[in-house]
Amino acid sequence: MEILVILVPLALALGGAGLIAFLWSLRSGQYDDLDGAAWRAIADDEPPQQQQAPTSASASSQS
Amino acid sequence: MQVTRDFSHYVRTAGEGLQHIDLAVEGVHCAGCMAKIERGLSAIPDVTLARVNLTDRRVALEWKAGTLDPGRFIDRLEELGYKAYPFETESAEATEVAESRFLLRCLGVAAFATMNVMMLSIPVWSGNVSDMLPEQRDFFHWLSALIALPAAAYAGQPFFRSAWRALAAKTTNMDVPISIGVILALGMSVIETIHHAEHAYFDAAIMLLTFLLVGRFLDQNMRRRTRAVAGNLAALKAETAAKFVGPDEISRVPVAAIHPGDIVLLRPGERCAVDGSVIEGRSEIDQSLITGETLYVTAEQGTPVYAGSMNISGTLRVRVSAASEATLLAEITRLLDNALQARSRYMRLADRASRLYAPVVHATALLTILGWVIAGASWHDAIVTGVAVLIITCPCALGLAIPTVQTVASGAMFKSGVLLNAGDAIERLAEADHVIFDKTGTLTLPDLEVMNAADIPSDIFALAGRLALSSHHPVAAAVAQAAGAKSPIVGAVEESGQGVRATVDGVELRLGRPPFCGAETLVGGATLDPEASIVAFSKGNEKFILSVRQGLRPDAQAVITALKARNIGVEILSGDREPAVKAAAHALGIPEWRAGVTPADKIARIGELKQRGAKVLMVGDGMNDAPSLAAAHVSMSPISAAHLSQATADLVFLGRPLAPVVAAIDSARKALHLMRQNLWLAIGYNVLAVPVAISGVVTPLIAAAAMSGSSILVMLNSLRARSASREIA
Repeated sequence: MEILVILVPLALALGGAGLIAFLWSLRSGQYDDLDGAAWRAIADDEPPQQQQAPTSASASSQS
Repeated sequence: MQVTRDFSHYVRTAGEGLQHIDLAVEGVHCAGCMAKIERGLSAIPDVTLARVNLTDRRVALEWKAGTLDPGRFIDRLEELGYKAYPFETESAEATEVAESRFLLRCLGVAAFATMNVMMLSIPVWSGNVSDMLPEQRDFFHWLSALIALPAAAYAGQPFFRSAWRALAAKTTNMDVPISIGVILALGMSVIETIHHAEHAYFDAAIMLLTFLLVGRFLDQNMRRRTRAVAGNLAALKAETAAKFVGPDEISRVPVAAIHPGDIVLLRPGERCAVDGSVIEGRSEIDQSLITGETLYVTAEQGTPVYAGSMNISGTLRVRVSAASEATLLAEITRLLDNALQARSRYMRLADRASRLYAPVVHATALLTILGWVIAGASWHDAIVTGVAVLIITCPCALGLAIPTVQTVASGAMFKSGVLLNAGDAIERLAEADHVIFDKTGTLTLPDLEVMNAADIPSDIFALAGRLALSSHHPVAAAVAQAAGAKSPIVGAVEESGQGVRATVDGVELRLGRPPFCGAETLVGGATLDPEASIVAFSKGNEKFILSVRQGLRPDAQAVITALKARNIGVEILSGDREPAVKAAAHALGIPEWRAGVTPADKIARIGELKQRGAKVLMVGDGMNDAPSLAAAHVSMSPISAAHLSQATADLVFLGRPLAPVVAAIDSARKALHLMRQNLWLAIGYNVLAVPVAISGVVTPLIAAAAMSGSSILVMLNSLRARSASREIA
């Protein structure tokens, strides 16, 4: 039963990590545009020669 | 005079030398649009952020301060094929968003705690029947307490706050028994754990909170989405006015940025967006939206003009006396608030039941505890049973039964273009079995259409359209629109009250009154629609006449057929002349129609139908029909042209099609059905569960599961109201 000393904190830590991940995703606005996100996944990548690629990449992380 | 567009009202600074604007965009549907818009806007130098939100149909833009004019984004979007409007977040929407996020955060915490407490509870349950050591059980209980207590303190906030507010106001609501149940269950569990008991109820308390939060969040989210759509709608229809910013300089600004005392310019063909009085100029104005009088009124210095009046012939300068409170934005917001906070008859019933119910629940729980003690049970067992009763009788399902259906149904109606104006409109509309239509502006479109475009050679018609672009007259605007004209003819001259003329390739073109074009003989000879306005077009010696009138709504016939198929009686009552009404009735296949009816006659007819037991739905255009709208069982108005403030109807619908009438009836019928079903589900659950709980065979955990189950069942049932709107389109 000594294994509990490892397993219980491990389980709680995993659960806590899940919770923190959820709160982070909520704060960073991941749920603001559920319809759009569904489409973005299958959208074509932007042509590489265009210069604004970094712009939209930074946009996706901050909004 | 130079005209500029002023968007400074909508621009805000986003820090680090950046400026931010939100635009509502029409016609964004898919990934293609999204990529096209984002690429198109990012390509403008100095734009640092262009991101489309597909759910809310908005674009967020940021750029380096001072480098760009926001008007440029709107032009760029226009080039890409999208109409965009600056958007201002109302404070109400911001609150909803914040509230929604808070609930989601609470839900995340509660769900995390539930999962982990359950993980600890299941070994305890199985350990109780096998060989678990009491020390291990206590250890698990303490761990559960460690997770559940802080989680409940955080995630329970929405309930504790609301319960506290109710108690402070010396009333009770649903959240009072919930809060007491949760606190009691947690407190007792701690005491049990200290005394090394076999059972603790941390799992029950936290699971209850989780399921209740699911319900709260869904409800809240529906409201938030509806509000976002409404906000966009208001932005898309936002009225602007030409405000004088200098003696000779005009800026086009949103009505919200106009204040009493400002001076605005009103050109021919424009609808006035403010209330005020004329300080310069002379014109005819059409006030039919306000007074119902279709004859034009002469406006000159000192004449008061009201929002919604159409300026016909001359240019006016108007000093503003009242502006923003009468705007469409304000009105849509008001309607939406009405709809969201609507207290329908059933809702009032359910509310009252919940309010009466709370004291009954407390009394029942207390009596159960005392009863068991008197019957010889220990205080401990009696309190456990009491907690189970408190949780299981919590009238959440009853409280959710009506509002959830109402929210879902009004959301579904909103999608098909119908706004609720009265709380009990859904219930009354569901009962309607006879529809009376007004003709003008209801069966017909409020704007003008060219009726005989097919009789005129297309090149001539296109030329007439281009010439019409140079005129501000509403009839000319209709001609230009029908011809799809884009480029005006250079050098066209408008002769006030007569028409426009221009010379192209040495041939004189004229568009206007028949005498202006020398076409009186044509008008005399032709048999024409009695309702139509006639304009003439001449190209050299070739002369044509155009008949312009209000056309029937495109789907009017289909709607009438659909109504008949639903066994709903249809008739037309119109104040218009007989030939016009007769023609419309024939075109739509409505056998029952009356023409030349006064408002009093309409009310008499509605009274007559009422006496026969019919539930009448009156569909009319809001202003001149106000008395009959009020007399009918339930009423509906189109508001495409009218100013919303004149809408006295129970429901209003937007846009060109008439289909919202059928969509609303279907949604309402389905919603009423679901409301009744939900009430029976909720009452049935309580009637069954309460005696079982009192008898003491239910533990608090089972009680929490059963209660949450009934709430979720009711909520899922309500969601079925959404599908109703899809079947029609």
